[in-house]
Amino acid sequence: MAVEALGTASRAKVAPWNDPVVRGWVFQIVVVGLVAGLAWYLVSNTIENLARQKIASGFDYLGREAGFEIGDTMIEYSPASTYARAIWVGILNTLRVAVLGIILSTILGTLIGVGRLSPNWLLSKICEWYVEAFRNVPLLLWLFLFYKLISEAFPGPRQAIGALWNTVFLSNRGLYFPTPMADLIHKWMGVGLLVGILGAILLHRWARKRQDATGQPFPSISTGFGVALGLPILIWLAAGAPSTMSWPVLKGFNFEGGTVIQPEFTALLVGLVLYTSAFVAEIVRSGILALHKGQSEAAAALGLSRGLAMRLVLLPQALRVIVPPMTSQYLNITKNSSLAIAIGYPDLVASINVTINQTGQAIENILIIMAAYLSVSLSISAFMNWYNKRIALRER
Amino acid sequence: MLNKFLATGIAAAALVGVAGTAHAGKDLDAIKARGSLTCGVPTGVAGFGLADSQGKWVGLNVDVCRAVAATIIGDAEKVKYVPLTAQQRFTALQSGEVDMLSNNTTETLTRDTALGFDFGAVTYYDGQGFMVNKKLGVKSAKELNGATVCVQPGTTTELNLADYFRANKMTFKPVVIEKVEEVRAAFFSGRCDVYTNDSSALYSTRVANVPSGQSPNDYIVLPEIISKEPLAPVMRHGDNQFVDIVRWTQYAMIEAEEYGITSKNVDEMAKSDNPVIKRILGVTPGMGKALGVDEKWVYNVVKQVGNYGESFERNVGKDSILKIDRGLNNLWTKGGLQYAPPIR
Repeated sequence: MAVEALGTASRAKVAPWNDPVVRGWVFQIVVVGLVAGLAWYLVSNTIENLARQKIASGFDYLGREAGFEIGDTMIEYSPASTYARAIWVGILNTLRVAVLGIILSTILGTLIGVGRLSPNWLLSKICEWYVEAFRNVPLLLWLFLFYKLISEAFPGPRQAIGALWNTVFLSNRGLYFPTPMADLIHKWMGVGLLVGILGAILLHRWARKRQDATGQPFPSISTGFGVALGLPILIWLAAGAPSTMSWPVLKGFNFEGGTVIQPEFTALLVGLVLYTSAFVAEIVRSGILALHKGQSEAAAALGLSRGLAMRLVLLPQALRVIVPPMTSQYLNITKNSSLAIAIGYPDLVASINVTINQTGQAIENILIIMAAYLSVSLSISAFMNWYNKRIALRER
Repeated sequence: MLNKFLATGIAAAALVGVAGTAHAGKDLDAIKARGSLTCGVPTGVAGFGLADSQGKWVGLNVDVCRAVAATIIGDAEKVKYVPLTAQQRFTALQSGEVDMLSNNTTETLTRDTALGFDFGAVTYYDGQGFMVNKKLGVKSAKELNGATVCVQPGTTTELNLADYFRANKMTFKPVVIEKVEEVRAAFFSGRCDVYTNDSSALYSTRVANVPSGQSPNDYIVLPEIISKEPLAPVMRHGDNQFVDIVRWTQYAMIEAEEYGITSKNVDEMAKSDNPVIKRILGVTPGMGKALGVDEKWVYNVVKQVGNYGESFERNVGKDSILKIDRGLNNLWTKGGLQYAPPIR
């Protein structure tokens, strides 16, 4: 209001070069023009130089045959697949390690953060040492260490360690375990799981509403799990319980059949989780310490058990402090997963690097990789901001 | 983190570097003005390009850089070496970070065209092979179905590997690690059954990189050679004179061997009556002028670096630990493929 009044009042009297509103516009147009000009210069210069050096450009290469093999894929892939598919394999591998890393490091980090506050001297010291050891050594070194440990410590596939009546095998090729043969019913079991989860959420809402209204508690968490897991099992039973298993069998050089967790993936996941949970632990600890002592005393005075006090009183308040910095840690896990290339896990960076090398089209590929990381990071960030808003202090 | 930086670095280098070359003029002028040649070399392949215990770069590929520096600047020591992995090398060359690569790079059509490069003469005729532990009892690459294979990314090796297994209806699992040191470590620790690379690199790895406690004799290189790998220096498009100089410097080293000119006898050879030798060594002027360098260019190269045969035997042949046979890399007069067009 004030500025507007000033602007309209002074416009009549002051020359345009002294008018703050006009000057503001002029400066902004100049700045935007300069930035756009610089961008235009860089882009056009790059395109011109690529053309002059006869370096191919454009995204046509995405449809061409990739020709290289990838060691760890979640979807069907062969050297006859396209570059686009190879990049997609890389994106999925990055997502797999990032999602698992986020979940596991949240759990481990919370345990260690709470453990560091424990009145038990030994436990709190162990947690303290853990934090100091892991966050003060570069992640890359941890990755090398875990990878070396796995590939040096375990025997070759022909001397593999068999466990559980020789159905599970551990060797330097990874952990092989039996899995059910692919069956049409699996898709419906997945649908059942989704429906079950939805049902569990609705059940939990209903239970809370009832408790608010009548004070009658309902064990909605355990029933919820029952509903979510029970539905797919029922579907499986109804389909006649198809139970053909694919067993890992030593054949020639390596095991065939079953499912394998490869050493590169394990080393990367373990490294990321152990490293990041040290940071998560400190965030959790700071969140809990930020609460006034009176909160837990008041909860105890109301007769809440320690578990209930933690779940209903302390954690909701601590989360307000914890969630914003946790977002950064989740983003760090996602971005740090690109260190995979050092130990040979075929993530997005690996796929893109090979593609750059085979096609020579660095700029297009860098754009793809930036877009991929940006969209993953922005999604995480958007989710965490939504969650943060949900748990934020609501003033009434 | 390394890789995030690498990725953004590549992007930045591509933008800034390409923008830079737009105004830098010819590569040759830049080298002369700078007084040194910037040469991309392998990060460490014994015999081909490796910094020795004093930090001095030695190897067959390194000798090409030294010879080019001797031709252009007159001093083989005026080289700045930039060790590059297989992944980094092309971007480094495209962006102008190095003047040339002498880096065990295989000449292919795509690289010569779509990547915007020119190749020099072939430094080493190589072919891809497989190395396995003797304990596996494998005698032929045809028995490798289902094997786990260690390979470096961004190489023709990686593509040939996939092609070979597809052509022979076999499957394999690759373990792909960027740093050659880590690939070797993964192989020697037993993570992979097979290590595949150019056979020269396999012999080099077997002798020079086998971990203590194991012996080179624990490993065999299988007889199959599954590809042609002509290794040649690489220059970017845009300065034909520089490309000519690199190629003719290589020819000069081969030519010198053919006419028996060595680093030891080059001074006496300069007094020879043979018109060919007089022309090569610049006693009869003309060749240097045509190439745009000093008339004594071949004299400088041979005196400071040696002829091709000397360089070969010193780095990878019988005077080295690798003891690789001349084979395809012998002179055409002795049953090999090394053949230089005449300097006249």
